[in-house]
Amino acid sequence: MSTKVKSRLQTPGLTDADLLEMYRQMVVSRFLSERWIMLNRQGKAAIGIASEGHEAASIGAVWAMDPVQDIFYLYYRDLPGQLALGVTVHEALLGFMAKQGEPFSGGRQFPFHGAYPSKRIYNTSNVVGANVTHAVGAALAASIRNEPTVVLCSFGDGGTSEGEWHESLNFAGIHRLPVIFLCENNKFAISVPQRKQMAVESVAIRAEGYGFPGVSVDGSDVLAMYRATREAHERATSGGGPTLLEARVERLKPHTTDDDDRRYRTPEEIEAAFKRDPLPLFRDELMERGLLTAEMVEQYDDDAKREVNEATDAAEATPFPDPSTLLDHLFATGEGS
Amino acid sequence: MAEKLVIQAVREAMLEEMRRDDSIFVMGEDVGARGGVFLATEGFMDEFGEERVIDAPLAEASIVGIAVGAALNGMRPIAEIQFSDFIWPIVNQLTGEAARIYYGTNGQVSCPMVVRAPYGGGVRGGLYHSQSPEGFFYHTPGLKVICPATPYDAKGLLKAAIRDDNPCLFLEHKRTYRQARGEVPDEDYTLPIGVADVKREGDLVTVISYGLMLHFCLMAAEQVAQEGLSVEVLDLRTVKPLDRQAIVASVQKTGKALIVHEDNLTGGVGAEVAAIIAEDAFDALDAPVMRLCGPDVPAMGFAPTLEDEFLPNPQKIANALRQLAAY
Repeated sequence: MSTKVKSRLQTPGLTDADLLEMYRQMVVSRFLSERWIMLNRQGKAAIGIASEGHEAASIGAVWAMDPVQDIFYLYYRDLPGQLALGVTVHEALLGFMAKQGEPFSGGRQFPFHGAYPSKRIYNTSNVVGANVTHAVGAALAASIRNEPTVVLCSFGDGGTSEGEWHESLNFAGIHRLPVIFLCENNKFAISVPQRKQMAVESVAIRAEGYGFPGVSVDGSDVLAMYRATREAHERATSGGGPTLLEARVERLKPHTTDDDDRRYRTPEEIEAAFKRDPLPLFRDELMERGLLTAEMVEQYDDDAKREVNEATDAAEATPFPDPSTLLDHLFATGEGS
Repeated sequence: MAEKLVIQAVREAMLEEMRRDDSIFVMGEDVGARGGVFLATEGFMDEFGEERVIDAPLAEASIVGIAVGAALNGMRPIAEIQFSDFIWPIVNQLTGEAARIYYGTNGQVSCPMVVRAPYGGGVRGGLYHSQSPEGFFYHTPGLKVICPATPYDAKGLLKAAIRDDNPCLFLEHKRTYRQARGEVPDEDYTLPIGVADVKREGDLVTVISYGLMLHFCLMAAEQVAQEGLSVEVLDLRTVKPLDRQAIVASVQKTGKALIVHEDNLTGGVGAEVAAIIAEDAFDALDAPVMRLCGPDVPAMGFAPTLEDEFLPNPQKIANALRQLAAY
């Protein structure tokens, strides 16, 4: 048993310290997501979008990318990936409460919408599917300039129904663009189950229609996600073109704080979903390997709680954007070319 | 200086800009080997290669969406929508995405791109090859909408749009492509976006227009001049942003305003121009503001009789000018 576990954890490109850092990010993301929902219930965050269940998919994929060279078009449930790319807990909390200094949009948009150019993160749209075309455009630009950039673009299973999603994959396939399409398939688009969204069992098989590989991965397994994304990354950088990755994940919470999933999911379904919670799965694996002890688990939890608490206080003490800035930044000024 | 057609001015503007700046590329349906259905990109693929002259699949929304993504990653795309009648699938990408990126990122990221679209009627195009879509777009904050009428304006404004750091919708009237001639300088020049131009000076009535109708207004002004009516013809050139100052200045001089466009009457550019006049030139008015526009039907008909009935023409405009002059 221990040999098997050891070989699984010995992932090319990842040190033991990396594995623990991935675990730490998953823990922080979990506490932060819980805090986001709590802030909504307290009337301090207008909306909360829980990411519980998506941590392994989001963090595993981001870890396989190059944060200096690559570009990230992440979607609204990618809080874990945002943290993995270096967005701070404090910055995230400024976003939840739409406070001054929020880095993506200055509090103009929902959290994480806008752009964080120095971290190469773009989440340009709240319209599902629209950002997929932008990600392909970013890859096209890199390809025209012959740069080694790979674009990671994530979306949910519902997003794959959009016409622009199809248009984007078709174009990326034609031009063999360096883009990884990551579908975090949690089987629900708000309340609509996958069987009402598509007639196929797996999103990944759709890739065949666009002329590039589609891979379905256990999205609760952070290392499986890392390996699959790394393979897709190697394909992209070696001129092999796009990959459609399907991360099979569980959505452990309702769609957002404006949703009540008891209307369309049975208690048994929700209970079964928790059996695939990526956080305890990775924790147990690290403990079996001897990388993580019970004391360390407690320490990670305490540190994460303290970080989230301190950042919450700081964000609460930060003012809202000055109303006089409403009219700012309508047009970029001057000729840029 | 040489006399050119609008289509030549458009082609030369892109050609010269692409030679100057490697980050500019064109993408659209049939823009490659075919050179575009109106030949605006004729010869481009031979000169710039397939990487910068991209024959896109038939998918308008993503033509513009991919241009947005490329613009955010350092390029200056020119997306061609083959006919403006096919522009509706891109409404979200242009108004909901491109026009909001600079604002929505709090001024961190700009979206320098041009969407070119041949538009307008009088070419026997029927419902789906004749439309004027500017009314839908001039409502959008963050977007610039340019509608030149002459070769000189087309070239100078297209170059300015390509160099602008914001998304620009550049509408080229199809019937002006090979019918409107004019002098175009040989040297490089741009014209400021958002600045109207007095194409004919007069002091009795102001007629405000753009695109093909601008030419009809000039013909009508010439007709009524022989009857002693002095008409000032103001070419908006840009419908977003509108040149408020030029509109007000001309109406303050003449006291009477006729607005002419082939786009539908209701909610068209003329409605905003009339509101500007009411707000800022009310005291100067000697007559009610008058509009001569396409009627509120979906588009002009395919049959010549239906097309003629829809479109303003020099005769209809001259009659409106006489009516206004007599008020």
